[in-house]
Amino acid sequence: MTARIERPLSPHIQTYRWTLTMALSIVHRATGIALYAGTLLLAWWLIAAASGPSAYANLQAFTGSFIGKLIVFGYTWALMHHLLSGIRHFVWDLGYGFKANEREALTWAALIGGIVLTVLIWIIAYAIGGGR
Amino acid sequence: MSDSRSSMRTPLGRVRNLGASHSGTTDFWRQRLTAVAMTLLIVPVLFVVLTLVGRNHAGATQILGSLPIAIILLLFIVASTWHMKIGMQVVIEDYVHNEKLKLAGIMANNFFCAAVALASIYALLKLSSGV
Repeated sequence: MTARIERPLSPHIQTYRWTLTMALSIVHRATGIALYAGTLLLAWWLIAAASGPSAYANLQAFTGSFIGKLIVFGYTWALMHHLLSGIRHFVWDLGYGFKANEREALTWAALIGGIVLTVLIWIIAYAIGGGR
Repeated sequence: MSDSRSSMRTPLGRVRNLGASHSGTTDFWRQRLTAVAMTLLIVPVLFVVLTLVGRNHAGATQILGSLPIAIILLLFIVASTWHMKIGMQVVIEDYVHNEKLKLAGIMANNFFCAAVALASIYALLKLSSGV
């Protein structure tokens, strides 16, 4: 019989004052979960292309609809944000960027960079495909 | 975790070496390995996706069937499905405290990621061999 040691638990999330790095840590996980679900769209796209013209037309009808565009736009942002936020985590993994101002700068860079890249990609997409 | 078996080992002693996951830092390392792989692949992948915008089925299959593009996408699929499998497992382990439910969740996660990966890979191989 092993003795159960009652160690103190860390307080729950509500206890803490919200900080940017904390909020973005949660966003990193949330975008990860969103991208997880979003791979269904990616798989559907490849399967539709491999299945034939009518299946591909169905996919394009969906991605061309308002809801479809909204989902793909959201997916683009989640991907770009998760990418930049992930690079930020990688910098931390390597042991850099832990000073207060560095932490904040990296986090702002990921947040703003993710939005900028998303808008840029969609501008390019519209320039190429004329909104399809 | 309460263990009724008699053992001379302390809970701390049991958790050491490979730790509670019994696989050490393997997942931690692979999470970063696949992350770096995707960081390198994201520019060509975005390029491929953007060139397909607005094209019909014939145009899309022609591009997706080309060898370098198929290889880039295959690498990205393997890295991303592996990455998301590890990521979702961490989420499940963090929030699902019921042991059986947790195992069921981890199993479902493995099934989902394997299905997405294999379906995508099969579709790409089919496109490469000419639909």
